[in-house]
Amino acid sequence: MGQTIAEKIFSKKIGKSVYADDIVTAKVDFLVSHDGLGPMAIDSFKEINGIKVKNPDKACFVIDHFVPSPARNYSLMQQKVREFCKEQNITCYDGGEGICHQVVPEKGYVVPGDLVVGTDSHTCTYGALNAFATGVGSTDAAAVLKTGELWFRVPKTNKVVINGYLQTGVFAKDLVLYLAGRIRANGANYKAIEFSGEAISKLCIDDRLTICNMSIEMGAKAGLMIADNKTKLWLRKRTNREYETINPDVDAVYEKTYEFNACSIVPQVSRPHQVDDVVPVKHVEGQKIQQAIIGTCTNGRLEDLRVAARILKGKKLAQGIRLIVVPASRTVLSEAIEQGIIQTFVEAGGMVITPGCGPCVGSHSGIPSDGETVISTANRNFKGRSGNAHSSVYLASPATVAASAVTGYITDPRNMIGGC
Amino acid sequence: MHDVLIGKAHKFGDNINTDYIMASRHRAKSLDYKELAHYLMEDIRPGFYKSFNKGDFIVAGDNFGCGSSREYAARILKEGGCNAVIGSSFARIFYRNAINVGVIPIECNTDDIDDGDQLEVNMKTGHVMLKNKGIKLSIKPIPSIVQDIISAGGLINFLKEKP
Repeated sequence: MGQTIAEKIFSKKIGKSVYADDIVTAKVDFLVSHDGLGPMAIDSFKEINGIKVKNPDKACFVIDHFVPSPARNYSLMQQKVREFCKEQNITCYDGGEGICHQVVPEKGYVVPGDLVVGTDSHTCTYGALNAFATGVGSTDAAAVLKTGELWFRVPKTNKVVINGYLQTGVFAKDLVLYLAGRIRANGANYKAIEFSGEAISKLCIDDRLTICNMSIEMGAKAGLMIADNKTKLWLRKRTNREYETINPDVDAVYEKTYEFNACSIVPQVSRPHQVDDVVPVKHVEGQKIQQAIIGTCTNGRLEDLRVAARILKGKKLAQGIRLIVVPASRTVLSEAIEQGIIQTFVEAGGMVITPGCGPCVGSHSGIPSDGETVISTANRNFKGRSGNAHSSVYLASPATVAASAVTGYITDPRNMIGGC
Repeated sequence: MHDVLIGKAHKFGDNINTDYIMASRHRAKSLDYKELAHYLMEDIRPGFYKSFNKGDFIVAGDNFGCGSSREYAARILKEGGCNAVIGSSFARIFYRNAINVGVIPIECNTDDIDDGDQLEVNMKTGHVMLKNKGIKLSIKPIPSIVQDIISAGGLINFLKEKP
């Protein structure tokens, strides 16, 4: 019987053929945690009488949620992470290194066929590298720290095929928002999604990471893509680890197949306060904004910053607009400096802040005021997530956010970069 | 774990995410889950914690606990006195977290349950009784590995004795 990518990865991990709905206990190839939920995992590890972490070389902690720390309690949480990593000989990336979902792939920790878990729902990002990666809670992470394994239900898979190519001015973020609007917030609950089709093949790895990052916004356990030459080339620059790519069988069984045409997709926004409330930018064009955010684990990579800078080059922010740029990692920041991208943001009047989660989790660095409207490249716009339940957040591509920062209201970026 | 749970229903809609259950920013105020429980559902129902009595149930529609993987959501429900959440469906990370910390995620169609209904959940027979309405609802069966963890009172207890 044919297998999906998810079924193949779990089969490989446990050494026998398994299929959707089988419950398995599998060895985990890598665990990532951070200052937000790592401390709870460390407490749980101690509660389950954990003494020595089973595979310290197969884990890392990234201090990314509250950097630099704006409050004593966050500092205490970070201290706990640093001390635990030191005691257990686990690599800890401290503040400024970047967001875990950028740092982990960037440092070459993930290769095709891996089974990765993380104490963060956006761990699904790494599926773009043909690995099964999924978010878990802190106690599950403690179990992995202690035993090196975890139980899973092998998920059913939904196949999402994107035929044709995205038009000029339309980006990976528009595509994934469009998908979230159609598959909805719970459409892929408990399931894996396999993304394929011409539009996906054409995307660079940065853009593929954006798509898989938001699979969780459709409820998915994992968002998966095959590894092609682009993937291999990207990995070659980052790791020497050997791997075997995992392709789905032609007769794999899918619970559902969606087909979409990329050519008909226009720039999209997600309206407050639900990620799956998605409409074309044109429907809300003219909505006034006070703050624009470019960054996060969805859209803080070099390609994202480059697209935004192309729009902002030689322009100034509209009167009364605050632009916050938060590169996804130190490497991204460094490359963006070298390419003059950061200079563009600064000259336009933007604030460039420390690589990390920044304003996305509403703890610091850009909490909006009452009644304010924000447009952001983040992945969530739930009421209160911005740090103020009396504000509203629209989600969009880096191009749409940059264009909106220039005009002061939600703007279709094709007005500035051609297309239509 | 007791086989029969009795309490009042507090009804919520679809897609109640973990930010609604507790927003991330509250972590700056306390490291104690009991204190953090005061912020339960605060952004969508201010003052909710005060109206929630020990043993009461959160009742929700589809996709309860979607969004962030933060286990705080499950932990503060537990600390707030909630032993079980009844939902039409659950987001998977929350589902695991709830089981792991000893909050039972009960899957059943919640359309007939209203705010304030008196509920009796029988885990043995797999039913939810709406005592004030005389309606009996069926609970979706729970996989055996999950039952074992629930019976132990959560993953912490389940794993404590493992080498």
